[in-house]
Parts: sequence; structure tokens; C-alpha cells
Amino acid sequence: MTRRTEFLRNGSLRLALHTLAEGDGHTHPLLLLHGLGEQSPAARPHWTEVWPGPVLALDLTGHGLSDVPLGGGYMPETLMADVDAVLADRGPVTIVGRGLGAWIALLISGARTASVRGAVLADGSGLAGGGPHPPAAFVTLLDPDGSTPDPYALVELSRDVRPPDYALDYLRFALEESDLETPIIVAARIRPEWLAAVAADVGVIEAPLTEAIAAFIDPVRTSR
Amino acid sequence: MPDNDQTRSFPGARPPDRTGWVNSSGLRLALNEWGDPDAPLIAMVHGGFDFSRTFDVFAPMLAEAGWRVAAWDARGHGDSDRAHLYSWGADVRDHLAAITALSAEPIVLLGHSKGGGQLLDLLDARPGLARALINLDGMPSQFSAPDINDRERRRMRRADVAAALDRRLRRNELARRPDTIEGLAGRRAPMNPRLSRQWLEYLVTVGARQDEDGWRWKIDPVLHLGGFGPWRPQWSMDHLAALDLPFLGVLSGVQDDPMGWKSRRGDIEPYLPPGGQLEFFDDIGHFLHIEQPRFIADLVLDFLGRLP
Repeated sequence: MTRRTEFLRNGSLRLALHTLAEGDGHTHPLLLLHGLGEQSPAARPHWTEVWPGPVLALDLTGHGLSDVPLGGGYMPETLMADVDAVLADRGPVTIVGRGLGAWIALLISGARTASVRGAVLADGSGLAGGGPHPPAAFVTLLDPDGSTPDPYALVELSRDVRPPDYALDYLRFALEESDLETPIIVAARIRPEWLAAVAADVGVIEAPLTEAIAAFIDPVRTSR
Repeated sequence: MPDNDQTRSFPGARPPDRTGWVNSSGLRLALNEWGDPDAPLIAMVHGGFDFSRTFDVFAPMLAEAGWRVAAWDARGHGDSDRAHLYSWGADVRDHLAAITALSAEPIVLLGHSKGGGQLLDLLDARPGLARALINLDGMPSQFSAPDINDRERRRMRRADVAAALDRRLRRNELARRPDTIEGLAGRRAPMNPRLSRQWLEYLVTVGARQDEDGWRWKIDPVLHLGGFGPWRPQWSMDHLAALDLPFLGVLSGVQDDPMGWKSRRGDIEPYLPPGGQLEFFDDIGHFLHIEQPRFIADLVLDFLGRLP
């Protein structure tokens, strides 16, 4: 199908949510989160063909067809709110995050354990962020023209600090409160320190991308 | 509940001599200035949940001593524009926009609380902006939270994250609760327990707006104390040690003040830049320049008088 685009309100801005496949009407949606500087794919990626339900893709703030805020201020934690707007509108989803989207997928999995029906963390741009420690100081003024990707997004989201223990906090939120036996699956082959720590946790499994997505079609639930 | 008495005074408080705007990537920041426009410049950065008019007593004291004092409201605070996104880094960049709009030469910078911590980060990236730095209880060293176990710490963080997300989901519906001047001052009092009610009521009249149904603080309701993210106080301390300019740090030693980082002299001294001056007062609260404006102004003026 040709992708269908709707816009969700996000404060005074708009978020572009694309439907790449309508699905079988029974399975909950799969939500794709792109990497840093990317935008949602124009058509359903081949690696999602295993998913029988709807396939959605979100342009994060400052990317693709979503609006660009004045003056930047991007943090992965506030981009969680973009995904939260989708959860509020569409209900529970399984998330596949690429690069920056993988980091946001981990955060939102820990923050909204009831609504995220599993997350697959995949390779993509912006996976490492600024690393586990603050990078060299850099403060500059840009003159964005409103087009995407917003240069402030590119600067700020490639420099945010991602300490492994911070990542493990969000993983613990997910492991302790999700009713899925394995709410996080790592498909990425590249392992910045935060992702190496997550992948090494006993509550996390690793699998190739398609297998990882398929695991959440009918996931194993724990008794709570 | 309109309040017919819009005027409040406070001894020594003086509105700015000039007002204006600074553009930071399309956002307008409200600028206030006191003193002779041709005098040497000192730029002041307020703390979290404050605004530049909180300098209404302190700034005139420096202006009367021969300084041009400039201060701006952070995005979402005071009269500055509200932004879609807020972050520590965006505030730091806004400070860069304001400082470079004010002067092409190095100037004296002063930051209180969060503003002081942000100036430490800014000067690590742009050391040429300042000829001296004054930090009023804005040297983060450790969290003041009581000892808690790891599980409890995570539970607190998770609750903070969920609350922040809920607030952003409802941001189009959020509005500050209206009240009378007295009521708004009373609601701020728990944040400022050492400051007089007369000051807090004055602050309402310069930091809140009067609507049909009462007074509301101007600060964007989506903002909240604390914020979240992986920020560590040690990161700012590293930037303190990296300074190479005259430095005056002033610490409050009042440990039961609800605001501030509660850093102690021994936490900061190892990171003082060469020749740096550190003062510690265990009888003045976090809002040192408001609680003891004359004393702190004299301390600052003594430091400024010794600048090369």
C-alpha cells in the first residue's frame, strides 16, 4: 500500500504518523522509530513482513514531516513524549527502534510498561549518542530554516550522554513491571556501552531482527 | 478572583531601567537592565523556577556601584517565550545568545543556582565570553536526597518520568492555577521558606500576570522542578576545575533549605580554579542575594574591585 499519513497533536506542534500496512485487524500495531537524521520509510520495510498487524512509523519531532520546534532543546527523554502521544492515540504497540529510535524505545518501554508490548533494539544512526560520558564541551548557535532534519536535533541528539547504569534503570523498570517475560530484545550488532550493558542483562535476549519482531506477535506473558 | 490592589513594594526593589528582547534561534528572551548603559557590564543568570526580576533588589545595588547589570528570563520563565522543548543544553545556548548580543568583549558573569551551573558548562565551551565568574550557590556536587536503596531510587525516577510524560500529554490543557497575590505568595513560600511574605507578594506582582480570574505565575506549566535525564553533578565540577579566570563562589550552608544542591565547602574546594575564592555561610539560605542582598552585593563588589 502507499503510506497513509495522519498528524497527531503534540503541544503546539504536529507529529506525522504514517501507516505502512493496515494489518489483519487482530494483532496490535508494530511501531517503527527511525534513526537520528532519518525519517519514516516510504513503504513497509521487508523485515516487517512477518508482522500480521498494522505497521506504523513515526517521524520524531524535527524529522520527516513532523514539525520543527523553535530553538531546539532536544533530549531523548522528551522525544519519549512523541511516542507517548502515539500510545495515547493508538493504544498498545510493539516498537522497533533503529539507532536513536532504539534508545528511545528502551526509555519508553521502561516508562510506559503497560502500553509497550515489547521493544526491538536495532542498528541505525544515532545509536551511541554522545557516549557514556559527556563529550567535549560544544555550545553553538545555529540558524535553522524550519526544514527537517532540524540541525539542532542532529547536534543535540548526537551528544546526549547515555551511561550504562542509566540504561539499566529503564531496563529494570520494564523487567519489573511489564507482564511480558522478555520485554526487550536486542537485534543490533553494534554495541555502544549502554547497549552492551542492556544485552548482557539476564532478562534480555538477543535475536536477528525478523525473529525478534516475530517474538512479539504473540509474546509469552508472566503471571502478575 | 480579581485582586484590585496590583501594587506591592519591597524596600530597595527597583524595576529595571531598560527592557528589551534577545533572539535565540527564533525564541524571544526578555531582557532587563539596571544602571548606566556605558558602565562595565555584568550579566546575571537566574535559577530554575525564578526569573530575572528576582534581581530587583540585588541588581540595583551593583548598578549604584557603577555597573551595568543585565539579566534575562530563561525560555518558559518570566516574560520570555514558551518553547516546545526545554533542556539544560538549550538554556546554556540561550545564555550564549544573550551574552553575545550584549557584548563582543569578555564580561563579568554571575549565575545563581541552576544558572550558575549552566554558566560553568557554557564557559567550558566558550571560555572567552567572561573576564570573571561569580557563582551563587550553583555548584552541584551531590544530591541532597537521603540515603535510599537502589530499588527505591529507581522507583522515584520512574515516578518522575511518568509524571513528566503525563504533563506533556496534557500540555495543551495545562494552566497555572489562579489565585490572589497573597495566595500565590503563600503557595511559593514552601520553596522560599526563608524569604519574607512581603518579598514573595512583591514577586507575584512582577513575575505573575493578572487574568480575569486571578493571578498566575508566568512560567510554562509544563515545566517542573528537577527535570530528568542522566545528568550528574560531577560533570559541572569538572568544568569548575577547568576555569582559568577570576572566580568567586558563594555557598549556602543551610541544609534544610528545600532548594539548592547542598554542596559543602569540602565538596567544592578540590575543584576550585587557581586563585579561586570560595565563601561559605551556614546562616544564609540558597537565595543568598535575596535573603542578604547588601551583604552579598558587598562581597561581590569587593571581588569585582580586585579584578585586573
